[in-house]
Amino acid sequence: MYDSGKILAGIIIFILLITFPFWLNSIQGEYKGEPELVIDRSNGAQCVKSTDYMRNSHMTLLNEWRDEVVRNDNRFYTISSGERIEMSLSNTCMSCHANKEEFCDRCHDYSGVKPYCWDCHIEQKKLETN
Amino acid sequence: MNILISAAALLILILLVIVGIEAAGLEYFFGVFIPYMAVVIFLSGIIFKLIGWARSPVPFRIPTIAGQQKSLGWIKSSKLDSPATILGVVGRMVLEVLLFRSLFRNTKYETKPGQKLVYGSAKFLWIAALIFHWSFLIIILRHLRYISEPIPSLVPLLQNLDGFFQVGVPELFITNILIVVSLAFLFMRRTADPKNRYLSLTADYFPLLLILAIAITGIMMRYFTKVDIAGIKTFAMGLVSFKPVVPESINVIFYIHLFLVSSLLVYFSFSKLLHMVGVFLSPTRNLSNNNRSVRHVNPWDKPVRIHTYEEYEDEFRDKMKAAGLPLEKE
Amino acid sequence: MSDKKPTPEELFSTIDYKASEKDWSKPHIKFKVGTYNHSGVPKNVEYLELPNARKWQPSDDDWQLPDNWKEIIIDGIKERLDKFRSLKIFMDICVRCGACSDKCHFFIGSGDPKNMPVVRAELLRSIYRNDFTTAGKILGRIAGARELTLDVLKEWFYYFYQCTQCRRCSLFCPYGIDTAEITILVRELLNLVGVNIDWVITPVANSFRTGNHLGIQPHGFADSIEFAVDELEELTGVKVEAPINRKGAEVLFVSPSADYFGTPHYYTLLGYLALFHEVGLDYTWSTFASEGGNFGSFVSHDLMKSLNMKIYAEAKRLGVKWIIGGECGHMWRVLHQYMDTINGPADFLEVPVSPITGTKFDFAKSTKMIHICEFTADLIKNNKIKLDKSRNDHWKITFHDSCNPARAMGLIDEPRFIINSTCNNFYEMPENTIKEQTFCCGSGAGLGTEENLEMRLRGGLPRANAVNFVHEKHGVNLLACICAIDKATLPPLMEYWVPGVEVAGVHEFVGNALIMKGENERKVDLRGEPIGEPEPELEEKQ
Repeated sequence: MYDSGKILAGIIIFILLITFPFWLNSIQGEYKGEPELVIDRSNGAQCVKSTDYMRNSHMTLLNEWRDEVVRNDNRFYTISSGERIEMSLSNTCMSCHANKEEFCDRCHDYSGVKPYCWDCHIEQKKLETN
Repeated sequence: MNILISAAALLILILLVIVGIEAAGLEYFFGVFIPYMAVVIFLSGIIFKLIGWARSPVPFRIPTIAGQQKSLGWIKSSKLDSPATILGVVGRMVLEVLLFRSLFRNTKYETKPGQKLVYGSAKFLWIAALIFHWSFLIIILRHLRYISEPIPSLVPLLQNLDGFFQVGVPELFITNILIVVSLAFLFMRRTADPKNRYLSLTADYFPLLLILAIAITGIMMRYFTKVDIAGIKTFAMGLVSFKPVVPESINVIFYIHLFLVSSLLVYFSFSKLLHMVGVFLSPTRNLSNNNRSVRHVNPWDKPVRIHTYEEYEDEFRDKMKAAGLPLEKE
Repeated sequence: MSDKKPTPEELFSTIDYKASEKDWSKPHIKFKVGTYNHSGVPKNVEYLELPNARKWQPSDDDWQLPDNWKEIIIDGIKERLDKFRSLKIFMDICVRCGACSDKCHFFIGSGDPKNMPVVRAELLRSIYRNDFTTAGKILGRIAGARELTLDVLKEWFYYFYQCTQCRRCSLFCPYGIDTAEITILVRELLNLVGVNIDWVITPVANSFRTGNHLGIQPHGFADSIEFAVDELEELTGVKVEAPINRKGAEVLFVSPSADYFGTPHYYTLLGYLALFHEVGLDYTWSTFASEGGNFGSFVSHDLMKSLNMKIYAEAKRLGVKWIIGGECGHMWRVLHQYMDTINGPADFLEVPVSPITGTKFDFAKSTKMIHICEFTADLIKNNKIKLDKSRNDHWKITFHDSCNPARAMGLIDEPRFIINSTCNNFYEMPENTIKEQTFCCGSGAGLGTEENLEMRLRGGLPRANAVNFVHEKHGVNLLACICAIDKATLPPLMEYWVPGVEVAGVHEFVGNALIMKGENERKVDLRGEPIGEPEPELEEKQ
């Protein structure tokens, strides 16, 4: 007794499962590459940290800021240029990275990350429209 | 000795990447060539093995029965442990593959003073194995976020469940802790007990260490050294859409992680890791206990030398006659 | 065993689980007297046309193997890999989790780490890796591979004849790896170069020639049955019929030969005879198929087939409709899991229907052979026999599930139902030692010899210890079982570890309790011992 049929079916299922990412992407259409992020540079400000650092670790920084502000009542942060800035996601970061959908969400959705910033913070734009 | 060889092998693998990336600049080799090759070897290795197994028949129906047979109608039979139907077999296999039912049965044997043997429940191996395998599966599924765009809704669901306690930023995944703890336990139990140490081979320590190293490098990237997640996704998407691009500034830890995963894939079909597919073909589990109601055919069955009744009667005819036994030929 | 037999305490104290030896891959076997079996007698090896018949003993340095023995073994492995998917799978997927390690009665009783089922299998697996896998060929020892040497072969002989094919390990294995399957195949390999044991070879030769392991010739068989009939008449006052080789009977009855030649098997035979007479079963014995057991299965699949063939052949010759099989262990592994495949289809027979109750035994519709316990349980359930349980009151009974009826068939509740219907005092042993988790008697698969007694006592320790538990707790004085090897080897085991416990087959209780038409008042049981409550002098411990 060989059960060749069942084993063949098993092999096909196995191949489909393992190659899932490859054919999923061909079904879902052309992959368009990394999403484009929109930044408002009109105020000419410089970012608080380097782009490399921010790409890797912005969540760490934001987390530190939150703890400083909420727990230690310390609202200011000195950046590498010596300038003191307010530790605020809404007021500082989002003055350049102004559009949540076009900046934060694009990259977070792309990376499959769901930060809980917005559990408490309300996007400025939404406040205005209300 | 076996542990040392395993650890040395792992160390060599890690050094290879570090030298390759940091000194030789072999990003394309380690980032593109190796992963593709690993997937090809993994797939073809397993298929080759499966076909190899399939070429040998199952000449006899030899399930190991773990419960009451289906016999007289008024005796309650055990439908999963002594399955008489295909459905029962499927149920038995599902429990075996998903919940490690046989391992759940495990007992620990001890001697007590006064020449007494006792058998206690021993669930640690079962729990650790179950935690390890399920954590590993969930972690692999979570990684789908790097190789699909848009991301299937299963992934955020798993992430929410896995990060349920919302500890730290990025939130701590429970499976990350569990896989390390369970692997550590599985490793320790091999070394702690003289019996297990005796029966463990290099091939038992190596995959544990390899997977542990994979888990640790992953955890380092997520919680400590940090990496550019979007950049890695872009790189991974390049691989799965067959337009590989080598990312510019990715931490060497990522290359170690990737290379160890590739090593695991390559190692798979040459090692005991084949149990993942082999368990489905185990004839003591995947056959029904219907031996006396449905005939099983052996494809290589051949006549054997036999001693016929005629030969027997010829030899003993006189004695049979004297004893008054009926005969074919007087 | 050597000149002086150790006391149970001494033997127990020698068991050490520390695995003091460090590396299993270096073979070194000391053939210690009492732990191995003698070689097959050349004349019987020749009679069976098996290779390399010669005078030799396992303790010899030179085993007088053929010059190309390695080639024969490696080719033999290749052939078996091609024929048995089980072998390929079991060689490839073991993860050495160790779940099986303390499940083997030989490991528990000896502490020898090579008796852990996983290591027993590694003895073959290491050779498989060396010659049949890529990793083994390249990495050698690091991949757990080793070369086949004479010492490895000797180790195979030693440890694969310290496996009773009970399959307890297979129950606990997460992949169902079955050491019995590996043992069967390694014993086939060993037989290819003439390495075998006499306790298997001689019974097989006997069975081939005379139809039964004991070599009882037809007139001797007839005498035995006749004697039993007379004895039953003396005990009960009822003269029963026991037809032999009778054509046209409805049922052929096949039981292990020890039933009509050994004690306590013999009392089970009396039970069968009384029962068949009382329900008026139209049946016959056969001298040609006078053996249900199959020691051929301890040599090779081929010899299993060539011995088993007699049952269907005789059923056909005698023109019976279906077959009942007696109480036996490995016999039922063969009958249940192999017979239909190797010697079927039995399309000349009819689906068994009990002529007394009308029950159709659909679960045996293909083999046309049912177990006597299934037949009797059906009779009792349908109130077709009258039973007086009090006639077994002198026994406090526990039941030993024989390995193969439990783990190959799932025959678990039928014998219990019969015991509970015929006896008042039944006590189960601890749950990890019964039913599918049952422990072997320690002497199955051809290992039940005098020269192997020490190993048998060690292997039987877990069973004996569980009996001792109910012996001390409930005063159990009788160990019931449904296996001929059990009945032969449990009595010395009990005598050694648990004195005061006797051994009996389930149908002995049936024979005791059965109220037969026209019987005398029963004052004694089938053993001729007084029935009723045991004398109070038998001390009961709480």
